[in-house]
This record gives sequence, C-alpha cells and structure tokens, in this order.
Amino acid sequence: MTILTLVIFLSVLLLITLGVAAYETYGERKVAAFMQDRIGPDRAGPFGILQPLADGGKMFMKEDFIPATANRWLYFLGPAIAMSTALLTGVVIPWGGTVTIGDFTMNLHAADPEIGILYVFAMVSIGVYGIMLGGWASNNKFALYGAIRASSQMISYELAMGMAIVALILHTGTLSMGGIMAGQLDGVWNIAYQPLGFLLFIICAFAECNRAPFDLPECETELVGGYHTEFSSMKLGFYLFAEYVNMFISSAVMSTLYFGGYDIPFLDQAGDTSLLITALGTLMLFAKIGFFIFVFMWIRWTLPRFRYDQLMDLGWKALIPLAILNVLLTGGWMHLKPYLGL
Amino acid sequence: MSAPLKLTQRSRVVSDKKMTLMERIYLPAIIKGMSITLRHFFRPKKVSLRYPEVERPRSGVYRGMHVLKRDEQGRERCTACGLCAVACPAEAITMVASERKKGEEKLYREEKYASVYEINMLRCIFCGDCEEACPKEAIFLTDRLVPTDYERMPFVYGKRWLVEPLDPSLRVDVSKRQTPEVLKFKEQKQFAHNR
Repeated sequence: MTILTLVIFLSVLLLITLGVAAYETYGERKVAAFMQDRIGPDRAGPFGILQPLADGGKMFMKEDFIPATANRWLYFLGPAIAMSTALLTGVVIPWGGTVTIGDFTMNLHAADPEIGILYVFAMVSIGVYGIMLGGWASNNKFALYGAIRASSQMISYELAMGMAIVALILHTGTLSMGGIMAGQLDGVWNIAYQPLGFLLFIICAFAECNRAPFDLPECETELVGGYHTEFSSMKLGFYLFAEYVNMFISSAVMSTLYFGGYDIPFLDQAGDTSLLITALGTLMLFAKIGFFIFVFMWIRWTLPRFRYDQLMDLGWKALIPLAILNVLLTGGWMHLKPYLGL
Repeated sequence: MSAPLKLTQRSRVVSDKKMTLMERIYLPAIIKGMSITLRHFFRPKKVSLRYPEVERPRSGVYRGMHVLKRDEQGRERCTACGLCAVACPAEAITMVASERKKGEEKLYREEKYASVYEINMLRCIFCGDCEEACPKEAIFLTDRLVPTDYERMPFVYGKRWLVEPLDPSLRVDVSKRQTPEVLKFKEQKQFAHNR
C-alpha cells in the first residue's frame, strides 16, 4: 500500500467514524424514544435525519466558557486527548478483505501490528487521561468526583477486560487483529469458543465507554455533569462525541474479536478477493457493528445506573474472578487438547 | 374489623429476604427487562404527538383561551363592569370602560363597554372564575390553546384576539360550557360569585 492510498484510506476511515458517531447520537435519541413509546426527533429533515447537523451547529454556536480557576492547558488537553485516542483506535481494525481493481490491490486494514489488541488497550487506557485531566483541570468538585470515578472505574474494568482477552488470545494464538480475524474466516466465530469471555468483554466495554448502567462518571443526578460539568461549546461536544466514537470502535472490536468481523456466515470467502465479496464482507462487518451499537443503546434504556459500591463489587468480586476462571478453563482445555487427540 | 383499605391495586408486600442464586446472577432479570424494552421498541402506538400538526383531543368544557362573546346581533356583550377582574385570583384581567356614543348601538349592547380589555395569558391560571363572575354571559373559556411564543409581550391578549369574529360562521361555540344546568346554577343568587 502506497502512502497516498494509506492517507486516502485513513481519511475515509476518519470521515466514516465521525459520520457513524454523529448518527449514533440521532440513533440514540430515536431508540430511547421508541423504547419509551415516543416519536423522538422528527423536525430536522424527513424523520429528523438532519438532527445531528442541528445539534452540531448548536454546539458550535454556544459560548466557549473557561472557568477562571481552571488550568488552561490541561483544560484544553482533556477533550483533545479524549477525542484523538478515540479516533486512533480504528487504525488496527480490519475493516474488510482485499480490494482488487486491475493491478491495484489494497487491504482494508490500515495497520496490522503484531500487538494489535494491545494497541487497542493502550489507546483505551490513554483515553482515561482525557477524562481525568478534564475533570481535574476544571477545578470543580463535581468534575473532580466524576474524574476520580471514571479513572477508578476504568482501571477496575480494564483488568477484567484484559483477562477476558487473555483467554481469547490463548485460543487464537495471536495478538494481531488480522490474525484473529483470519482464524474466523472458516465460519466458526470465536464466540463459539469464548461465550463467557465475550460476556465479560461486553460488560467491561460498557464500563470502558462510560455507558449506562456504568455511567457514573457523568451521572447527572449526583454530579451535575460529572467530569464535563465545566465544559461548554465544542469542548463538551468533543467529550460527548468521543463517547460515541468509543461506542463505534468497541462495537467494531467486539465484532472482530468474537463475531467474525467481515466474515459472512455460510460463505467461504478465504482467499476470495473479488470486489463483490469484499464489499459484502465490509457491509457485514458494519451490520454487526450496527447491531452492537443498538445493544449499547438497548442496555442504556433498560437498566438503571449501578450504585458506586455495586459497581466496584461487580468489577472486583464478580468479573475478575470469572475472567481468571475463564483463563484457567481455556488454558486447561488448550493443554488437554493434544491428549484428547483434538 | 375489616382489612385496611388498599390505596392502590398495584401495592406489593416488600420483603428483604435473601436473593436466590438466579436473582443474584442478575442476567435473567436483565434479559427480562430487555425483552420489555424491545417490545415497546416495536410497538407502533406512540404516546407523544407531533404537536402543532396533531393536537390531543380536548373535552368540550376544556378551560383554554378566553373568548369575549357577541350577542345574536353581533354586539359585544361585555359591559366593562369589572366583575371578572375582581374575581380573577391571578389578577390577569385589566380593562378600561368607555361610554357608548351615538351611532355605536350596533357595536355594543349596553351603554357602557370596554374600550380596552386585556388578559395576561402568562398570569392567567385558567380557573374559569371570570366566566362564573360574568353577569352578561360575555366571557368564556374555550377549548382553544394559547399559542406559544418566544417573547412575553405577545401573551397580553387585547380585544383584537379575545373578541370573537363578527362573521356568524366564525363564531366560537361555547354551548358545551353554557349548558342549561350552568345557566340555572347562575340564577341561584345565594352563592357569592353569582351575585
């Protein structure tokens, strides 16, 4: 892949990520409305499909207020980190197979480092700095509480998430996203081997994205706005937007790791590089992502928020032991497999 | 003695018994909840309305925007006695009385009329006391809504908005609020507000 095609591919990826995130805000409001027997936004354009533009325009028009006691540099840095780490994660996800047009071939996969999953984890971990710095820099007790909650929640749930991934890596034998993806192209997805691991992973993904029922960092009823209490205008927009980008990326990661990524069920597409199959595969991946995004919203509008001690109990006393159990079971199975002749 | 009266049919006895394993796993409860929300997701019947285009049906005796009625010959009934303003608990009604000039007999029924009659719709609590106080059957609350606005001033409604149109086809129907029972009740002068 030449530099030019890479730049074009990454630009398209950026645009798609932002576009999906924008329409997630619309989808969230519509899903919420439908689940509560309401109609939802329907004023901007037919069925309200221009609502994200109206919301974005509103965000830009708002006064960009900076508290007098805020630490200006960190105050700027917070939303920037939150947004950029959210956007950086998409690079290692395989968005599709190989495109072949005449002599020109390219993988719909910007980068496939050996440590693909660790890269995702690294970015997610840095993401907490965006929240932490923003909450701390705004010099407001509610923001600080939100930031402290966010960081302790992220650290607690990253452990269980990492353990869930360890079991998956034991099964796949590779850390590269492309490798994990290729292992599922035969039609048997990793969910078949790692159901408990997937359950742990999706719960932790909710917590990592600060989504309900784990949205304690910003819970309005207790902390005004949580870590973004003092943020306004597009800085607030960046925080809110980063949450939706994170949701999109974690849905993509979940689809890739456990649900076969761009693998089309009941169709052997390994080695097939025809344009139609590649396009269908990418569409398939986006369908899976769409489903997971819907699950994110579905959960949010079903479950009430956990209490803080319940959150910590669940993380440390339930998810981590289960994740360790899962690692042990998977490891034991891997060890026993040769003896059983499998 | 009979059992204590239940205030609602839905009341449940609460207990703090230890949860069973199934309840503590919490996942079955989550799935149950998700099935409920999914059922609502696909339910075509919505409780909210696209308001300005679609309005919720209102009862004929709804207490909405006021109207100042004209009589059968199109003359304003109001005689600016001020009883409605006195009766108004929110002090939303103000008026200026004027004397009917020669040649204005077609416009006003009595010798005295309200040259200015204003209701502040932001103060009004739509209680209907003005209607009950009115001895001339001039002011009524109707099932029309007061439209929203971004400013405060447009909510002070003058005669231009309150008096019903002269055109007989555009008259505002208040028959639901002016039933024979209501008229009979108004005749009973032992009630303070009918005096």
